[in-house]
Amino acid sequence: MLHTVNKSPFENSTLESCLKFAGQGSAVLLIEDGVYAATRDTAVSKLVQQALKRVSIYALKPDVEARGMQDRLMDGVRLVDYEGFVDLVAEHNAVQSWL
Amino acid sequence: MKFSILVNEGPYTHAASDTAYQFAKAALAKGHEIYRIFFYHDGVHNGTRLTVPPQDDRNIVKRWSDLAAKHQLDLVVCIAAAQRRGLMDAAEAKRHGKDADNIAPGFRISGLGQLIEAGIQADRLVVFGG
Amino acid sequence: MVEETTGGVAKKFLYVNRRAPYGTIYALESLEVVLIGAAFEQDVSLAFLGDGVYQLARNQDTKGLEVKNFSPAFRALEDYDVTKIYVEKEALEARGLSESDLVVSVEVVSAQRMTEIMEGQDVILSF
Repeated sequence: MLHTVNKSPFENSTLESCLKFAGQGSAVLLIEDGVYAATRDTAVSKLVQQALKRVSIYALKPDVEARGMQDRLMDGVRLVDYEGFVDLVAEHNAVQSWL
Repeated sequence: MKFSILVNEGPYTHAASDTAYQFAKAALAKGHEIYRIFFYHDGVHNGTRLTVPPQDDRNIVKRWSDLAAKHQLDLVVCIAAAQRRGLMDAAEAKRHGKDADNIAPGFRISGLGQLIEAGIQADRLVVFGG
Repeated sequence: MVEETTGGVAKKFLYVNRRAPYGTIYALESLEVVLIGAAFEQDVSLAFLGDGVYQLARNQDTKGLEVKNFSPAFRALEDYDVTKIYVEKEALEARGLSESDLVVSVEVVSAQRMTEIMEGQDVILSF
């Protein structure tokens, strides 16, 4: 399954909820304010690094760049553009949007 | 592949409408089909004809209308959500004795069944919300 | 663009509810989708996570707010053949609630079980 998360991990528990229910081998795509979770040296970096052991994590590049976070990304998170987003949806059996 | 899209938030206030639009555009560019785009909750406001956004920023409503025209997309605004929020087409306005309608080109008003059907008929349904 | 509906294998639809009632409209309008959707004879499940569990709390009295109390509609779900209602165990506990505090009969599930349920779905609607 593909999961999307669109909330910042600091003001909201959406990312935490998503990761709680994302099964082994699923993919998590961070979009909109969700991309902040992909940045290094934050209060949630450890949570995200742990999650990377079980799930693939992607971040939507235009959202990263809009927020000026492109030089602050942690290792292991893959950037995709909108076409990559489309591919991720097509490749997974279903998509769950965490709002 | 056939995609259906659900947009749960209105233009500008949340990024949902922008992300949905860019996703739809990318899907079409890759040769996929968009079965339906359904607008629910405040998402119905994506279908109002009366926005006048600043000139130096994107015109979200017009962008949807143009994309729909270019690709013959089915943009559906939920009738129940629209009635709550004051989104009307001419028929609805007449039916409810309102003195105006405000729906934008390319959008049509219909029931929630169209959302369920969009989920049934497409290979993937993607939700954009706030 | 009205087309023939269904006429194929029923898809597994999951409605995910994570928001409390009344503070926002999502709970009410999501229930409206479930009730309309019931007519389409798909394989429907409802999941209540996080604050979503509050939607099912007993004793909702909205007279003072002058807004519609929509919690009775949850009891209609059974008549619509929507019987797969899953509630996250941890969410209940974190909120000091138990199954007996809810207006309908539900299946209380662990996060792991909820994950399994979610992974088996074809269409997931979040509000």
